[in-house]
Amino acid sequence: MKTDTQHSPAGTKPAQLPQLHEQRNPGMELDLDWVAAVQANTSAIERRAATLPGRRTVKKAYQAAWLLKAVTCIDLTTLSGDDTPGRVRRLCAKARQPVRADILEALGMGPITTGAVCVYHEMVPTAVEALAGTGIPVAAVSTGFPAGLSPFRLRVEEIRESVAAGASEIDIVISRRHVLLGNWQALYDEVRSFREACGEAHMKAILATGELGSLRNVARASLVCMMAGADFIKTSTGKESVNATLPVSLTMIRAIRDYHRRTGHRVGYKPAGGISKAKAALNYLAMMRDELGTRWLEPDLFRFGASSLLGDIERQLEHHVTGRYSAAWRHPAG
Amino acid sequence: MNVSDIFRTMDYGPAPESDAEAQAWLAERNRTFGHFINGAFTAPGKGFESRNPATGERLATLTQATQEDVDAAVAAARRAQGKWARAGGHERAKYLYALARLVQKNARLFAVLETLDNGKPIRESRDIDIPLVARHFYYHAGMAQLMEAELPDAEPLGVCGQIIPWNFPLLMLAWKVAPALATGNTVVLKPAEYTSLTALLFARMCQEAGLPRGVVNIVTGDGRVGEMIVAHPDIDKIAFTGSTEVGRRIREATAGSGKALTLELGGKSPYIVFDDADIDSAVEGLVDAIWFNQGQVCCAGSRLIVQEGIAERFHEKLKARMQGLRIGNPLDKCIDIGAVVDPVQLKTITEMVERGGKEGEVFQAGQIPNQGCYYPPTLITGLEPASYLMQEEIFGPVLVSTTFRTPAEAVALANNTRYGLAASVWTENVNLALDMAPRLVAGVVWVNATNLFDAAAGFGGVRESGFGREGGWEGLRAYTRPRVATRPLKRIAPAPVPDEAEIIGLDRTAKLYIGGRQVRPDGGYSRPVFSPRGKLLGHAPLANRKDIRNAVEAARGAGGWAGATAHLRAQIIYYIAENLSARADDFTARLHDLTGVHAKTARAEVECAIRRLFTWAAWADKYDGAARAVPIRGVALAMNEPVGVIGAFCPDEAPLLGLISVIAPAIAMGNRVVAVASEPWPLAATDFYQVLDTSDVPPGVVNILTGSHEELAPHLAGHLDVDTVWSFSSSDISAVIEKESAGNLKRSWVNNGRGRDWLSPAGEGREFLAHATEVKTVWVPYGE
Repeated sequence: MKTDTQHSPAGTKPAQLPQLHEQRNPGMELDLDWVAAVQANTSAIERRAATLPGRRTVKKAYQAAWLLKAVTCIDLTTLSGDDTPGRVRRLCAKARQPVRADILEALGMGPITTGAVCVYHEMVPTAVEALAGTGIPVAAVSTGFPAGLSPFRLRVEEIRESVAAGASEIDIVISRRHVLLGNWQALYDEVRSFREACGEAHMKAILATGELGSLRNVARASLVCMMAGADFIKTSTGKESVNATLPVSLTMIRAIRDYHRRTGHRVGYKPAGGISKAKAALNYLAMMRDELGTRWLEPDLFRFGASSLLGDIERQLEHHVTGRYSAAWRHPAG
Repeated sequence: MNVSDIFRTMDYGPAPESDAEAQAWLAERNRTFGHFINGAFTAPGKGFESRNPATGERLATLTQATQEDVDAAVAAARRAQGKWARAGGHERAKYLYALARLVQKNARLFAVLETLDNGKPIRESRDIDIPLVARHFYYHAGMAQLMEAELPDAEPLGVCGQIIPWNFPLLMLAWKVAPALATGNTVVLKPAEYTSLTALLFARMCQEAGLPRGVVNIVTGDGRVGEMIVAHPDIDKIAFTGSTEVGRRIREATAGSGKALTLELGGKSPYIVFDDADIDSAVEGLVDAIWFNQGQVCCAGSRLIVQEGIAERFHEKLKARMQGLRIGNPLDKCIDIGAVVDPVQLKTITEMVERGGKEGEVFQAGQIPNQGCYYPPTLITGLEPASYLMQEEIFGPVLVSTTFRTPAEAVALANNTRYGLAASVWTENVNLALDMAPRLVAGVVWVNATNLFDAAAGFGGVRESGFGREGGWEGLRAYTRPRVATRPLKRIAPAPVPDEAEIIGLDRTAKLYIGGRQVRPDGGYSRPVFSPRGKLLGHAPLANRKDIRNAVEAARGAGGWAGATAHLRAQIIYYIAENLSARADDFTARLHDLTGVHAKTARAEVECAIRRLFTWAAWADKYDGAARAVPIRGVALAMNEPVGVIGAFCPDEAPLLGLISVIAPAIAMGNRVVAVASEPWPLAATDFYQVLDTSDVPPGVVNILTGSHEELAPHLAGHLDVDTVWSFSSSDISAVIEKESAGNLKRSWVNNGRGRDWLSPAGEGREFLAHATEVKTVWVPYGE
């Protein structure tokens, strides 16, 4: 990997802004009857998830367009103990220009950016500064990420501090024990408090699905988080042994669909962790499109939490333009 | 559209699979084909065109087989069969393995050719049909390998005539050819005239595998060729998959010919959704149930039966899902629904929906192409069981729907059909699912799933969906027979009426035994029964068709027997043996009087009858089902269920032992029996009902009639509420039984005029168990 990144200034305005002004999900009273009635049949969900990639595919210009869409939905992420301002600035530069300008030009596309940059609290000011004027939101992971086991008071305070530092999106983690113990009221109250602390910042609720034990729990936790006012529900911290999968995604987006049908509010979805291939990204987009519709393919309702996905997409896009398979070093590092 | 437009609309766009290789393969053969007979392709003759239903383009011209062609194919198969069977399991396994590998190596060519010819989406032919074909040959390579060790008493049937449909052309070929070859048979196969191309490509693979000449023969043509195969005198077995109507004609045509027969026919399979189901998954399941292969699937979940409380929400979700189905070019990799196989089929679907749709509310989704044979996915709600489309098989992408309130009502609605192929049950309650599965009249039940298939799991129907199983160990029964010594059976006449009868003792009145009661015959006639020495032994009632009606009704009413524990059934059969033993002297004397045999011989028959009762009491709780090794996380249970109501013409020659040899296995497995006693010597049977009366046999489980086999055979075999008919009679009734059984397509087991030694092991064993049971495959995927 290259370490000396070029900080080329963004020459033109981004072609689109991620926010489409969907009315925010205000949440609702906890409806325990609804939560209890939720079912998720693992085998059937797995079968649907397994056959979807065989049912849906995009080729040629369609594939290029879909991959560009995926880029605009990426929350470009660094969540490492060794993050430094320099590292974060490099990432932000990549977020501003995720795809080489000559490739975009060949595709007849204006400039695009990633959906957001996602960092730890300490890195928020650096990211905000690096992204000033771009319209790219800074997301902060919060509430004792990744385990969420620090004192509740501090977790709420952490949100407030990140918002004060300029984060416009907060990725909170839920207390997995509330799900595992079936304590939906506690989960609701917790997420509700987080949402209040977020204020104007959008809240993504990380379920850490790899630690919830069953898809039924995933479905029920998804619903409770939406009732508590989550703007997005998100699969994973990236630190669990199992992160985003298609079956988990199907379970969560079906919950989103039911919530929309019942309340009229659209909640976003963010699979995170383990999505590193362009083909996988296309499968996620197809699942979103088939289960929720094209409205959910915009960055205000869909994000990938990913760090290495972008590199693979860049190579595929260059292949589309040149007809030759590409190499990682031909694309600027992030 | 350019990239930035697509970036906004996020359309899917075309994603065509290339057909270049498949077209080249056809072009290399000048798009004309003969038959595949004796290892070689014949010169193309007069024929018909095979078209791509999606475009109407001619793919090839095929040859309509003549009688000479069929004769040549059968002769080639006959010549090859002995050597093929003698080659041994391992030799046959090697060829089947080679065929499996060749299918895999040419998987994409097969898939594309299948889609071109049939119109099914390339996703299905690529991901479902062809992999299942390879799996079937692998599995049966193993069956060939194991046959000698595991089925030492089974032998091949000989030359098998196989007629397959157009909905899964190559897969149905595999289901027919693989088990036949594995067990040492040779075949003459006729693919459907719409879809013969993959069979001809398969013929090429047979050449590449070096399969001995004549082992596989393929003749093409329409139904007339099928008729030639069915009628051919040198064919030993007919296997047919197709419509119930044609299946019925084949049953009639083969009646009395001695040909073995298995039929896999139509269906109107229920798809039951309980209110505690994962609704989204149940909705998605319907996509695989009724919009799989354009709904042209015999086991399609075509009758939605949804719990009333969730019906509205379910239909709403279903309609939304239907809007997302993509219909169009079957070669497009991003298509859910392709073309209907032929304009004729499209017309049938259209007319049926026009006729019956008015009874409910018709919803259709999606855009269909302007050209080609397409029909939109259709849901018809608000129908009742009495509606035309709730009863008739449409064989298209049309789902009909009704509601239920309770599990019992769901069962009643699900079973309210002439068919019995498959059923799906959706509930998260394991108690409910496992309670429903045995109560549904179907050969296959899927729990929280649909249309799962595997070579290791039996597939086939009951009722008018046919008989016989394909796949699993039970599937081998369709291509083998037990080695049982039989000999020609001469008609046994009653002892002649003497000029002057010897009258002895107090008159004893024999009656019919129906529903646990002794009843006089409806007709009011009896026949005097004499001993060979002219002694008047008594009068046997002459049952008529109304007595049959009454007995069948009693048997149907005794359905609780099927649900009794096997332990209880065993106890009762032991108890029958005990009570028979207590009266052994009486029966010995009776047999001696009736037949004139030596007292020692008569005693031997009684002793054997007691032993036989013990055998079947022993089996009652030991004919276990199996959990099949299917490639899912879950189990496919092969459950041995009673067939139901069995009509049986008992052996004439062994008045007591024959009766017991027939009744005991039947009731041991939970069936109810209408047994027609030995015609010449009926009084052992009428004595025997007294034993039944003292042995706690519930009323209606065993019913005994006496009278003329010839007269009763058409009525018992023709009764639409009888599930199978057996005949061991010395009267010539095999043909009429097979012919009349076509009415409800019941199973039958007839002796074709050959008898067996009832005192020998041939009078019992696994052959009886197989005929007394249906294998139901219950798929239970699991995982939380």
